[in-house]
Amino acid sequence: MSGKEEILSEVTTKALHKERETVGSPFVENPRMTCREVNVYYGDKKAINNVNIDIARNEVIAMIGPSGCGKSTFLRCLNRMNDTIEGCRVTGDLRLDGMDIHDKNVDVVPLRARVGMVFQKPNPFPKSIFDNVAYGPKIHGLAQNKAELDEIVERSLKKAGLWDEVKDRLTQPGTGLSGGQQQRLCIARAIAVSPEVILMDEPCSALDPIATARIEELIAELRQHYSIVIVTHSMQQAARVSQRTAYFHLGDLIEVGMTDRVFTNPRHQLTEDYITGRFG
Amino acid sequence: MPVHHTFHNELEKLNQKLLTMVAMVEDRVRKAVTVIETHDEELVKSIIRSDYQIDDMEVEIEEDCLKIMALHQPVASDLRFLITVIKVNNEIERIGDMAVNIAKRVDVISQSTSVMKGAFDYSEMSEHVITMLKMSLDALVHRDAAMARQIFLIEDKVNTLRNQAYDAVVKMLSLYPEHPGCMINNYLLARHLERIADRATNIAEEVIYLVEGEIVRLR
Repeated sequence: MSGKEEILSEVTTKALHKERETVGSPFVENPRMTCREVNVYYGDKKAINNVNIDIARNEVIAMIGPSGCGKSTFLRCLNRMNDTIEGCRVTGDLRLDGMDIHDKNVDVVPLRARVGMVFQKPNPFPKSIFDNVAYGPKIHGLAQNKAELDEIVERSLKKAGLWDEVKDRLTQPGTGLSGGQQQRLCIARAIAVSPEVILMDEPCSALDPIATARIEELIAELRQHYSIVIVTHSMQQAARVSQRTAYFHLGDLIEVGMTDRVFTNPRHQLTEDYITGRFG
Repeated sequence: MPVHHTFHNELEKLNQKLLTMVAMVEDRVRKAVTVIETHDEELVKSIIRSDYQIDDMEVEIEEDCLKIMALHQPVASDLRFLITVIKVNNEIERIGDMAVNIAKRVDVISQSTSVMKGAFDYSEMSEHVITMLKMSLDALVHRDAAMARQIFLIEDKVNTLRNQAYDAVVKMLSLYPEHPGCMINNYLLARHLERIADRATNIAEEVIYLVEGEIVRLR
C-alpha cells in the first residue's frame, strides 16, 4: 500500500469518549501500588466510584480534576489516611508491593512511613529543625545511635535540598523557616523514614513561584528513589512534574495517560473540557 | 458555561482573522489563474499591489498566536489549534506570494514580442489547484479531516500536469528559440501553480493534526 493510500485508508476516529469508564493506560508493569475496584463512602454518599489504577515505580503521577472530584480522597486511600475521618468507609483492594494495606495485620504507623505524605500547608512540628527530621527515624527505630541519627537527618535534608540553608541552625525551630523551606522540611521528614511512595496533596498551593519551582525541581530528583503521587489544581504543574496524569470527575477516574499525551491529545471529552477550561 | 471567557474570546477572534486572511488569499489565487488566461493588465497590477495586505495580516496573526501562548498556555485542542494557525498562517502567506509571482510571470509574458505566448493550456491545472486550495481551506474551516485526506489524491494530477507543461515548453523552445524568456516564464507558471498545490497539501496535513492530534506527512 502506498503512503497516500495508507493515509486515505485511515478512518477518522477522533470522536472523544463520553462514557464514564476509565480511558487510557491505568495499569503498568511491575507496579509499586495496585488499586482495584476502590470505592469510598462518606456516610451514604459515594465519593469514589470503582477506581482501578496502578502506581508505577519511580514515577510522578499527577491527579487532577475539579474541586470535589475525589482526587484528594483517593490520595488518602493510599496510606489509609481516610481511617482518621469519621464516617468514611473504603472498599476495594489496595496493595503496596503486593501487600493488602487493609489486612488486619497491617499497622498503619509503619504503613504511613512506607507511604509518606506531604500536605497542602507546611506543617512542621513545633520542634527544632533537627528534631522534625529525627522524629520519624526515632519512633521507627531506624537509628541505633546518635551518629546514625545525625547521618539520617543530614541525608534527608540534603535530599530535600534544604541542608545548605539550615545546617548551621539545626537547633532552631522548624516553624521559623520560610513557607518553601518549611515544605521542604516536611519532605525531608517524610524521606527520613525511607518511604517507597510519597503522597503530595497540593504541596505548592501555599508557596510563591520561586519556592514552587524549588519543590518541583525536588520532585523530579526524588523520583529517582520514590514513587510520587501528587494532587494539584495547577495543570501547568501537573504537566511540568509528572510522567502520567490521572483525571478525576465526580468520583470517577475518567482518564489516565502519559502526561504529554493527555495535555496535547486527551481521549475523553471531560478531560478535554476540563483542561481547556470549557468545563462547568 | 466556559470558565475562561477571555481566553476563548481571543481564540475566536484569532479564528475570525485567519478566516478573513484565508478568504483574501483564495480570492488572489482565483484572480491569478484568471490572468493566466486573460492577461488582464489591470488585474495583474492589482494582485501585485495588494500583496502587502496579506503580509500585514500574517504578522498580526502570528503576534496574536504568540501573545495567546504566552498569556494562556493553552493545552489539548486549544494548543493544537494555535499550532495549526501558526503553521497555516505561514502557508497562506506563501500562497499569496505565489499568486503575486504568477501575476509577475503573466506580466512578463504579456510584454514579450513572441508570436507564441502560450506554450501550455493551464486551465485544467488551474482548476485542480483551485479545487485543492478550496478543499484544504474548507477542511480547515469545518475541521474536516476526511476532506483533508482527499486533497492528497488531487496532488498527483497537478504533478502530472506540471510535467506535461515542462515537456510542452521544451518543445516550444526548440520551435521558437528566439524568445527563451517568454517560454521560461511559461514554465514558471507551472512551478508556481504546483507550489500552491504543495502548500494546500501542507494545510491539509495541519488540519488532520488539528482534528485528530496525529502528525501526518505525505512526503
